[in-house]
Amino acid sequence: MKNNAWRNFIPGEWQKSINPRDFIQNNYHPYTGGGEFLAGPTERTKNLFKKLQHLAELEKEMGGVLDIDTSTVSSLTTYPAGYLDKANEIIVGIQTTRPLKRGVNPFGGIRLARKACESYGYKLDPKIEEYFYYRTTHNDGVYRIYPEEMKNAKKCGVITGLPDGYGRGRIIGDYRRVPLYGVDALIEQKNKDKDYLSTQHMDDENIRLHEELFRQIDFLKKLKEMAELYGFDISLPAASAREAVQWLYFAYLGAIKEQNGAAMSLGRVSSFLDIYFERDIAEGTLDEKGAQELIDDFIIKLRMARQLRTPEYNELFAGDPLWITESIGGIGEDGRTLITKSSYRFLQTLYNLGPAPEPNLTVLWSPNLPKEFKKFCAKVSVETNSIQYENDEIMRPSYGDDYAIACCVSAMKVGKQMQFFGARCNLPKVLLLAINGGRDEISGVQVGPELEPLKGEALDYDEVLKRYHFYEDWLCKLYVNTMNVIHNMHDKYAYEKLQMALHDTKLERFMAFGIAGLSVIADSLSAIKYAKVRPARNSSGLIESFQTEGDFPKFGNDDDRVDAIAVEIVTDFLETLKKTPAYRNAIHTLSILTITSNVVYGKSTGATPDGRLSGEPFAPGANPMHNRDSSGAIASLNSVSRIPYDSCRDGISCTFSITPKVIGKTQNEQLDNLTDILDGYFKNKAHHLNVNVITRENLVDAMANPQKYPSLTIRVSGYAVNFHTLKPEQQKEVIKRTFHNAI
Amino acid sequence: MLCKIHSIETLGALDGPGMRCVVFFQGCPLRCIYCHNADTWALSGSAGTQISSDELVKRIKKNRSYFGERGGVTFSGGEPLFQPDFLLETLKLCKAEKIHTALDTSGYCETCDAERILDFTGLVILDIKHYEDSQHKKLTGKPLAKTLGFLKLVAAKKTPLWIRHVVIPGINDSEEHIKRLVSFIHEHSKPEKIELIGYHTMGIEKWKKLGLVYPLAGVKDVNSAVITSLQKIVDSEMN
Repeated sequence: MKNNAWRNFIPGEWQKSINPRDFIQNNYHPYTGGGEFLAGPTERTKNLFKKLQHLAELEKEMGGVLDIDTSTVSSLTTYPAGYLDKANEIIVGIQTTRPLKRGVNPFGGIRLARKACESYGYKLDPKIEEYFYYRTTHNDGVYRIYPEEMKNAKKCGVITGLPDGYGRGRIIGDYRRVPLYGVDALIEQKNKDKDYLSTQHMDDENIRLHEELFRQIDFLKKLKEMAELYGFDISLPAASAREAVQWLYFAYLGAIKEQNGAAMSLGRVSSFLDIYFERDIAEGTLDEKGAQELIDDFIIKLRMARQLRTPEYNELFAGDPLWITESIGGIGEDGRTLITKSSYRFLQTLYNLGPAPEPNLTVLWSPNLPKEFKKFCAKVSVETNSIQYENDEIMRPSYGDDYAIACCVSAMKVGKQMQFFGARCNLPKVLLLAINGGRDEISGVQVGPELEPLKGEALDYDEVLKRYHFYEDWLCKLYVNTMNVIHNMHDKYAYEKLQMALHDTKLERFMAFGIAGLSVIADSLSAIKYAKVRPARNSSGLIESFQTEGDFPKFGNDDDRVDAIAVEIVTDFLETLKKTPAYRNAIHTLSILTITSNVVYGKSTGATPDGRLSGEPFAPGANPMHNRDSSGAIASLNSVSRIPYDSCRDGISCTFSITPKVIGKTQNEQLDNLTDILDGYFKNKAHHLNVNVITRENLVDAMANPQKYPSLTIRVSGYAVNFHTLKPEQQKEVIKRTFHNAI
Repeated sequence: MLCKIHSIETLGALDGPGMRCVVFFQGCPLRCIYCHNADTWALSGSAGTQISSDELVKRIKKNRSYFGERGGVTFSGGEPLFQPDFLLETLKLCKAEKIHTALDTSGYCETCDAERILDFTGLVILDIKHYEDSQHKKLTGKPLAKTLGFLKLVAAKKTPLWIRHVVIPGINDSEEHIKRLVSFIHEHSKPEKIELIGYHTMGIEKWKKLGLVYPLAGVKDVNSAVITSLQKIVDSEMN
C-alpha cells in the first residue's frame, strides 16, 4: 500500500524517519518561469465560492457572527460531518455542522466563551457551564497563581494581550506529515518515542512529556475518526494530489476544531503539495485546470475558518483573524529556489477568489528569487494588496530552509520548534513608570517598586536612563515569571494535543516576548537627550505631561543619533529578559509587532516626552511615528532595518504605505520599482514588510486614522507631500486628485 | 565645499529611471508662474539647509541598496545648476562611487559650467518651458537662449536626454503647440523620451506661505485625458 502511495517519488531518508524536508528536497521541481501557465477559476469553483460569499454577507449583516453552536464543545469528533455544498465540493470538512457556524471552546477560559456567546445574543448551554464548573480551565489555573503585582501590571496596561484567558496559538502543526505518512505511521513513531522515554529517569519533565505523548496519540486516533465521519480513511499515506490536499486539510481542520488559538498558521505547504501535483500531471490524471481547482477549493475552506471571540478581542486585532499564515518561496540551503508552480497557484487564488486577508500569504523574499516570480509578487501586491514579505536571507541561517511563519513574523522550523506566545510589553509606559517612581501616570496607582518621582525643572538624560533600566529590570523579571505561569497552565489545561502530535517529540521551544511603542520611547529619549523636556506635575506630584522645547532627532529619518537609541533599547530589553530563566528551558526571543493593537496600547498610555499626547495611538510594530519623517519612505525604512534581527528573532514588523503612482508612472515601472524596493530593504537585513498599496478608500480612512498609514506620501513628478501634514480640505483635494485623474 | 539644499526625498520613482534618491537644491534663477516648488527659489538668508558634498554623498549612499540595476540619484530643485561648483564636485564623487546620476534642470546656466558638468552627468532631464523666446520670458521671467544653448551642448556631447514639458490648460495645451514643441526639440537634439506633465495646483499653498500672489489663480488642473492624447501625438512624432 505504502509503496503505491509513494510511487514515482525519489526515495531517501524521508522513508526511514518522519522527515518532510528530506522528501521535499529529493522530489520538488524548482520553477523559474512566469505565471503564464496559470488557470482561472472553473464554473464549479465560482458557484461554490458564491455560496460562501452569500453566507459571509449574511454574517456581516448579523453583526459579525452568523450562528453559534452553544451546546457542543468544539473538538475533532463532537460534530457530525458538515458541508458547504456536498455535491460540488472537492475538498471537504468544516469546523461545526454548518458553514460559518461557530463552535465554543472553553478550555482556554470559560469566562471568555460565555462572554463571547452573550455578546452576540446567545447563551452558553447549562450542560457546558456545569461541566466546566468541575473542570479547571487554563484561565482558572493562571489565576490560582497570579500575585497582585502581575494583576496590577496587567490592569495598568504595561503588559497586555497575555494569553491567560484564551488559546495561546502560534503553534504550527506539521500538517504535511499526515498526507506523507498517514496517521498510523505517525502513531507508531509516537509509541516508539514513548517506549524510549520510559527507559529514562522519571523526572518532572519526563513525566509531563509522557502524559503529553499519551494525549497526542489519543488525538491522532481522533483525527482518523474525524476523517471517517467524512468517509475517508487517512491511516495510510495520500496516494494522489487530491488526497494529499484533503489529508493535509483534515489535519489543519482537526487543529482548529480543537484549539481556539490566537494565531493558527498553516506552515509551508505549497511546494510540498506541488510534488503531488507534478506527479499526477506526469501520470496524466491531472491537468492545470484541475490542479488550480484543488487549491482554490482548499483556500475556500481556509477562508471559512472561524473562531468565537469577544468584541474586545476583535477590537484589539481589528476583526477576528486566525492568521492562517502560509509561507511561500525562499531559497534552499543548496541554493535552489523553493519556488514551484504551486507557489504561483496559491497566489493565483487572490485573483480566482478575489483579494482577502486570509489565508495570510507570506512571501519569503530573497534577492536571489527568480526574477519572474519577484515581478509576479509585485503585481499581486499592487493589484490585491494581500501579500506580506519576510527576509529569507536573514532567517535561513537560524531556521534552515523548512521553517514557516506563525502569525505575522514568528519564524520556526516546521515540526521541530514551537513557541510560547507572550504578547507584548508597553515600553513608553515603562519609561513613564520610571519617571514617576513606579506609579501609573494615568491612575496614580503604585504599580512597580516605589521611588521618588524625578525631581527638577528639566529631565536629565542620564538620570532618566538609569531609572528606566531599574524599572526595566523589575518589569522583565515580572514578565518572564508571568509567562512561565501562563504556559505551565496552558500545557496543563489547554494542551495542543493534535498540533503537538504533528511535531517531533523532542523539540526546541521559544518564549516569545514582545514590545510595543519602540518609536515612541526612542523619540522620547531622544527628546530628553537633544531637546529640553520639562515635566508638568499635578497636585499629587504625578508627572502627567511634558513640555518639550527645541528640535531633536526622530526615528525614521535614517539618523544614527536616535536610531542607535532604538537599537540599544531593543538589545538591552532582550538581555534583561534572559536574566530570568524561562519555563521548559525555552529560548527567550523578542518581537516588535503590534498588528493593530498599537491603538489600544496608545489609549492606555499618558503623554510622552516626544510630544505624543495622552491616549494618542503608537505607530504600529517597528514603524516610526507618522509625521516625523522628513526625507521620505526609504529613509524611514533605513531606520527600521537598523534594528538587529539577532535581538529580535521573533520578528520586526514594518508597514509601508504607498499609492501605486508614487512608485512609477506605468504599471511596468511600478512592478520593477517595487521589486527594487523589496530587494533593497532586504539587502539591508530588514526582516518584514507589509506592503500597503493605498486605494481611494484607504486615503479616506487615513484622514481619520493617520496612525494606520505611517509615512503616507503622495507624489507627482518632482513634488512630494506627506499626506498627514495636509489640512483636511487639502487631504480631500489630494484624494480627489490622486484617484480622479488616474488613467 | 558647502551648498544649500531644500530637502532630500529618498523614495523617488518618477524623476529618472528606477528607484532614485532625489536631492532638491535650494535656489533658482527662474520664476515660473506655475512653479510648484516656490519654496526652493531663494538662495540667500535662512532659506535651505547647508550641507557639504561629502555629507550629501554619504546620505545618498545610504539608499544605495534600493537603486538596483537602474536607479541612482537625481539632482533637482530649485535649479541644481544654480550652484555649479558644488554640483560638479558632488557629481564627481557619485561617479567615483559608481552611482548613476540624473540632472533635473531648466538648463539655465553658463556654457562653461555646463561643459564641465555634463562630463559627469549620466542623464539630463531637461524641462523646456517653451520654444519661443517671448513666451519663455512670459512663463519664466528669463530668455530662452541659455536653455537652448544647454540643449545643443547636451546633444553635442551625446549625454542621454529626457525632455519634460508642463502642459497648462489654456496656455500650451493645443495639439499645434505640442507638435511645434516636438519639432523644435528634434531640430536640436535626439532625446530618449519626451514626457508631458500635467499642470497641477498643489503648489499654490507654498506661494501663499511665502506671501506671494499666485499668477495662475483660477486655472484648473489639467485633465489627464488631455495629457494622454497629447502624449500620443508626441510618441508618434518620436517614432
